Formats: sequence, C-alpha cells, structure tokens
Amino acid sequence: MSAILQGAGAATALSPFNSIDSNKLVAPSRSSLSVRSKRYIVAGSDSKSFGSSLIVRRSEPLIPNAVAAKADTAASSTSSKPGHELLLFEALQEGLEEEMDRDPHVCVMGEDVGHYGGSYKVTKGLADKFGDLRVLDTPICENAFTGMGIGAAMTGLRPVIEGMNMGFLLLAFNQISNNCGMLHYTSGGQFTIPVVIRGPGGVGRQLGAEHSQRLESYFQSIPGIQMVACSTPYNAKGLMKAAIRSENPVILFEHVLLYNLKETIPDEEYICNLEEAEMVRPGEHITILTYSRMRYHVMQAAKTLVNKGYDPEVIDIRSLKPFDLYTIGNSVKKTHRVLIVEECMRTGGIGASLTAAINENFHDFLDAPVMCLSSQDVPTPYAGTLEEWTVVQPAQIVTAVEQLCQ
Amino acid sequence: MAIWFARSKNLVSSLRHNLNLSTILNKRDYFPRPIFYTTSQLSSTSFLSPVTSLRHESTAVETQPDHLVQIDEDDGQELDFPGGKVGYTSEMKFIPESSSRRIPCYRVLDEDGRIIPDSDFIPVSEKLAVRMYEQMATLQVMDHIFYEAQRQGRISFYLTSVGEEAINIASAAALSPDDVVLPQYREPGVLLWRGFTLEEFANQCFGNKADYGKGRQMPIHYGSNRLNYFTISSPIATQLPQAAGVGYSLKMDKKNACAVTFIGDGGTSEGDFHAGLNFAAVMEAPVVFICRNNGWAISTHISEQFRSDGIVVKGQAYGIRSIRVDGNDALAVYSAVRSAREMAVTEQRPVLIEAMTYRVGHHSTSDDSTKYRAADEIQYWKMSRNPVNRFRKWVEDNGWWSEEDESKLRSNARKQLLQAIQAAEKWEKQPLTELFNDVYDVKPKNLEEQELGLKELVEKQPQDYPPGFHV
Repeated sequence: MSAILQGAGAATALSPFNSIDSNKLVAPSRSSLSVRSKRYIVAGSDSKSFGSSLIVRRSEPLIPNAVAAKADTAASSTSSKPGHELLLFEALQEGLEEEMDRDPHVCVMGEDVGHYGGSYKVTKGLADKFGDLRVLDTPICENAFTGMGIGAAMTGLRPVIEGMNMGFLLLAFNQISNNCGMLHYTSGGQFTIPVVIRGPGGVGRQLGAEHSQRLESYFQSIPGIQMVACSTPYNAKGLMKAAIRSENPVILFEHVLLYNLKETIPDEEYICNLEEAEMVRPGEHITILTYSRMRYHVMQAAKTLVNKGYDPEVIDIRSLKPFDLYTIGNSVKKTHRVLIVEECMRTGGIGASLTAAINENFHDFLDAPVMCLSSQDVPTPYAGTLEEWTVVQPAQIVTAVEQLCQ
Repeated sequence: MAIWFARSKNLVSSLRHNLNLSTILNKRDYFPRPIFYTTSQLSSTSFLSPVTSLRHESTAVETQPDHLVQIDEDDGQELDFPGGKVGYTSEMKFIPESSSRRIPCYRVLDEDGRIIPDSDFIPVSEKLAVRMYEQMATLQVMDHIFYEAQRQGRISFYLTSVGEEAINIASAAALSPDDVVLPQYREPGVLLWRGFTLEEFANQCFGNKADYGKGRQMPIHYGSNRLNYFTISSPIATQLPQAAGVGYSLKMDKKNACAVTFIGDGGTSEGDFHAGLNFAAVMEAPVVFICRNNGWAISTHISEQFRSDGIVVKGQAYGIRSIRVDGNDALAVYSAVRSAREMAVTEQRPVLIEAMTYRVGHHSTSDDSTKYRAADEIQYWKMSRNPVNRFRKWVEDNGWWSEEDESKLRSNARKQLLQAIQAAEKWEKQPLTELFNDVYDVKPKNLEEQELGLKELVEKQPQDYPPGFHV
C-alpha cells in the first residue's frame, strides 16, 4: 500500500474557492478563541454557509498565506513551500504539542500516555516537556477518566482523552452519551465541554474481535458530539488542532494501520475544518465516499478503474457527524452514482446513515441506487485470511463500480 | 488556616492491644480540638495552638501496621515487592470480613440539642447558626410545598430532602463559594445556601422561559455555573469521576478551592464510585466525597446494597482519609465538612465523609415508600430524630431563636413559595428554537433544517399543538 498520498490532481478541485479565499486573507485577525470557534460549526450544505465558514477560517492569523490555503484543499504537499516529512502518529503528536504550547489549559489523560508515550506513541515526549500533571497517566477505568475529563472541562480545562483502543471506550459510553454530549444542552448552555476523545480503532493487525471495533457506528446517534476520522498525516494534524480548539466535544477516530503513513506537511501552522469532507480525486463517472483506511483501498481500486476507462470521484468524508452534505451533494449532482466504501458493519454503520441521508436529500439526482460496501455483521476474527475477508478489498470496489456504471 | 488534629495518645497502644482481635483497623479517630483562626480568609500557613499538643496527622502515621499481622520484632525481615516492602508472617491468617466494632459516628449535639461535653467541634457564631437554621426550615417548607404542587399536578415530578436538611445546609455552610459542587440530586439545600432564590427553584421545576436550564431537564435537576453548582444529571454516580476531574483542574490551576461531591448509599455500588475515589486518591486531587447514607435506595435497604460496614470503611481501601458523621447533627456535619475541606485544599488529598441519616420522604413523587417499609419507622425518624428540630433546640437554648421567629419564617417562606409557584406557572415556556440550541455551540445545518421543518409543521397545524406552544 503506497504511503505517500496521490493527491496531485486534487489541488484543482476547489480552485474556484481559492480565489475568493486569497482576497479574504487580509481580514483582521480575531483575538478571542470563542468567537472564532463559533464559526467553525457551520456545516456546509448550501453555498452561503459553506463559503462563509471557509472565509472565516481563512482570516485566521494562523494561515498567513495562500500556499496553506491550497494545501488545505489538497491533502498533499503540492504547496510551493517545502514542508517537513513525518509519520501520521508524529503529525498527531505535533498537532497536540502545538496546541499544548499555545493554550495552557490543554491537557492529556489516558492510560500509559505519560512516560510510556501512549500505545501508539502519539503522546511521546509530552510528559517530559509538560510534566506529569498535564500529561496524566490514569488508572484503568475508561468511564472514570472520561468522566474526569468532562468534569475538568466543565471547570475550564481542555482535556484530550485517549482511549488505548477505541473499543475500550464502550466502557465510557455512559459518560460520553449522558454527560459529554448532553450537559451543554441540559444545563441551558451554562457549562461547555470542550473535550477531545481520541484513540485507534478499526480492523487490521490481527488484534481480535474486541480490539477491532468501529465505534463510530455506536456513537453516531449521540446528540451533542462531533465525530471526525483522520486518514493522512496532513489531516491528522489539522483535525487534531481543530478538535482541541472546538467548544464542542469531538471524537477523533484514528486507525491502527495508518499510524506509520509518511507525508510531507507544511511547516506553517494550519488547521482543518471539522465539518468538511476532502476531495481526494475529482472525477465524472461515479462518486465514491469513504473515510479512514478504506480511502487507500479505494485509491488502489481507482488506479485499476482508471486503466479500465472509468473516472471515479473519490471523497474522504472525514466528518462523520455531521456529514458534509454540501461537498457530497455537489458530487452526486455531477456524477449521479454513489458508492460508499466503509469499514463499519453493514447494520447500523456510518454507511447506513450516509445512504439514508443521500437518498433523502439527493434522490432526484441518482441514476442508480446508492451502493454501500461494508464489513459483514460478524465479530472480527483473528486469523489473517479471515480478517482480510471481513474488510472491503479493492477488487470488490472495482466490481461494484463496474456494476453501478453499466 | 490549617486544621490540626490530635492523635489519641493511646492510639498506638490500643492498636497493639487490638492486634489479637483480628480486625481491619480503621482507627481514623480524629478528634479536632477547637480551632483558632486569625482571619476568615484561608492561608496556607499553619500554626500550633499553644494549649494542646496538636500534631498534624501525617501519612507516616498511617503506615502503622493496622491489621492483625503479628509484629514479631525478631522478624525484622521484609519482602520486597512492587509497591514497597512488606513484612511477612508464617501464620496463615485471613483478615476478617468485618471489624468486631463498627466505626463510631462523630456527633456533637445529643438528641435534645445539647452539646455533648468535651466534644471537638468548630464553633459556630450566632449569625451563622441562625442562618443555618433559617435555611434548614426554608428547605423544609420548600420541599413540602413543591411536593404538594406535584400532587396537585402542577409540576410533573419532585424529589424531597426530608430528613437530610442538616447534611444539605451544614455542609454548604462549611464550604467556600469557590468550591465546586457536584451534586447527586438530593442536595438542593446547597444551592439554597449559596443564594439560589425560591423563584429560581420554581422556574426550573416548571421548565419555563426563566429557567437557567432552558426547560431541558426534569424538575429538581438544578444547575448554576454562577454558584459553582454543576447541573444535575440523572444517572447515578457519574458525578464522582467528574469530581476527580474538577479536583484535577483546581489542582492544576493551584486554586484555593476543592471539589465537593455528593452520593447516596445506593450510588456507592456503581462502578463510578470505585473509579472516582481511586482516581482522586492517585491524582492527589482536592475532592471531598460526601456520602449520604440514608438507609434506602428507592426500595433497596442498605443490607441489600453492600456487606461492608457502611461506606466509611471503603475509604481506606482507596487510600482515602474518611470519617463517619451523624448526618442529622448540623454542628457535627459542619465541623467535619469544614475540616475535610481544609485537608483537601492544603494537603491536596481526597477525603470521604459518610453522613448517617434517614430518608424520611419517599424516594421521589413516583414512589410510595410505605410499600416496602413500616409506616411507624418513617414516623419515628420524622418526629424523634428530626435534624431540624434538634438544631432548633440548640439555637433556641442559646437564646438566638424564638417561637415568634419560627412562625414568621415559615409563613414568609410559604407565602413566597406560593407566589413563586404561581408566577412560574404563568410564565411562558421556552420557544421552539430552544429545542435546537445548545446541542452544539453553533447550530449545524442538519439541526437548522430540522428546526425549520418542525416550525412549518406547527404553523400549518396549530390545532394539533398545545396552546401556549410558540415558535
């Protein structure tokens, strides 16, 4: 699987917006974080709101030049400035470190995040730099340290809570659903809970059923939270930073197999919009919606499809809650065919919700039923071959596209 | 100001004495001497009283061999394990499941409202005592009137704190306004003490437009960030790990404040109780855990809830200092909470207080407790072991309160409450837009669409929606 992203063509995707953006770059900087963050949550579904959210973001002093703006639309290093190369877990760490430098209220808590550096080394070195209190090793009780993070957030801190594996956060479901998602609402807006809950999930590495969970399926119904999934070092860092700055609770899904992806990312500071999808490869024939690791399977299938004469448009939806129906809608209106490729199980997964959303909103634009490729409704087995069969493979994607494009 | 404790002179010798009675010793007999403080402000300096040989209880003391392991002095050998050295014994002895003697209860006032001679307690001024009594009485009136309002169908639900007024008010009086309170749901008295008005209580119960919670929570789920009282959330014990988090946050900011959280006897069975206490101990967070052991968790008696000697013995299991207090004795609760608060803040450690009491009322308006307990048991606690009457006797004996004051207070409170209820009832409810606000900080597109859809529906068919339902 190629590690470097093939995003060469993607830079042109949102170019009409770029020209608007560069004009807005000279807007005055905002001083208060809370004012800024209020603008981030406009999910783009019509051009006005989408445009304004982009514009506001561009006027941040963090993104000083047009290069970064372009780099944000393409998840690659086509920026003219040389960046630095790093692995995805290092990108996450860089994002986290920058935010901890910037705001003394940001802290990290979880199991083995301190001197051990985290099970996937995302928090490596942070305890040495920021101390044992700000990078807190907790006893083993997910419900407790999630609850602790919520209590700390209600008193003004901005905790980043790490689940050693996403599956363990099922133990924290009570705190996440009943308190994290709800307390801002039930307190009448008196208390905010700006936590970030993150951790590795997904299938791969033969970790067995309990360590191969796709928690985005279970959490997607909880009102009051946002969910994002990162897939490249570029968007990993950007989403991490945006999630920390958001006033809402955000769940950031990482994938166990993607931590060692290498990419060159910009040197200057940037963040990614939490509600925005990423155009990976523009095309004409069919829209393929995917996220996290499946993006790479889709891109691999795309190579085969291009050789066969198809022109798939690949979108990494990134924002799992809420969906970026603006980007998705524009794509559907162009191609009239949709294939969703996900790692969730067939029943009740992100794909199921996305299918419903697309059918509801863009029914008139579809020339074929929305097809969704997901994992089967089985616990993930350990044996390598069995595990591979539960995950959607590029060959299946190619077959599905051919079927849809008949 | 720091609280100094005298360790009983005979503690060590009594420990040795009791070694033969295989026990899990929980000798945390702290008997605070009357405290002298220079200012009402807290400072981090501490001083020794010249009168008594007070010694700050240090953790060194706690490494005394508590349980039965025979201290054979010749056996100076110890085993080295992760966690430190442990002595060893060749005698196989199991630590018994319970101590022969239950942990005694700290109390200051007897049932007749007289201070027990030689008690240790923090003196309470006339002003403070009168205020405490007034608030306890007001809480009683409030509970009575709101309960009646629910029975009349004016509010949908209510939960009384009858029998626990001393815990509510005395603990609140012992805290500073900066201390963050994470309640369970039977502690409205803390909010009352801090200045929440009867009108504000009524507004929340009616869920009207003036409610700070914007009509989103059930009645009695009060919350006020201004008064440092976290909004009540129904699931039991979820506030305990959150309290550890608040303590962590206060510790990080080095604030002169602690987190105070309440839980009932039933709530201590939840996993969050274990986790919250463990975390607070490991983090060395300034948290005061107050457990209201009122004997009943809806219909579950404490004999069916746990097998330990109440909750106080569990503190030591987590390395937390604990005390058992007579929860119906306002002065004892005041002293204990005040001392615990000082310890938590100056020593940066959690403290556990078990306040023994009785839930006189039903669990809530959805419960009829006569179905599972004897009516005369309830009567006994209501009349003979009433915390408000007990404190009243003491206040009256000091000449600070009279029958006239009593009737004036109760009738005023009653009148104010009835007016508050009438006003809250008439006040209009939240508009439709509040259904969708505050889910996130800014409304996302899907919620905007849903709001629009609902608005159109209501405007098209107003007859299908209740009157006074406005968009």
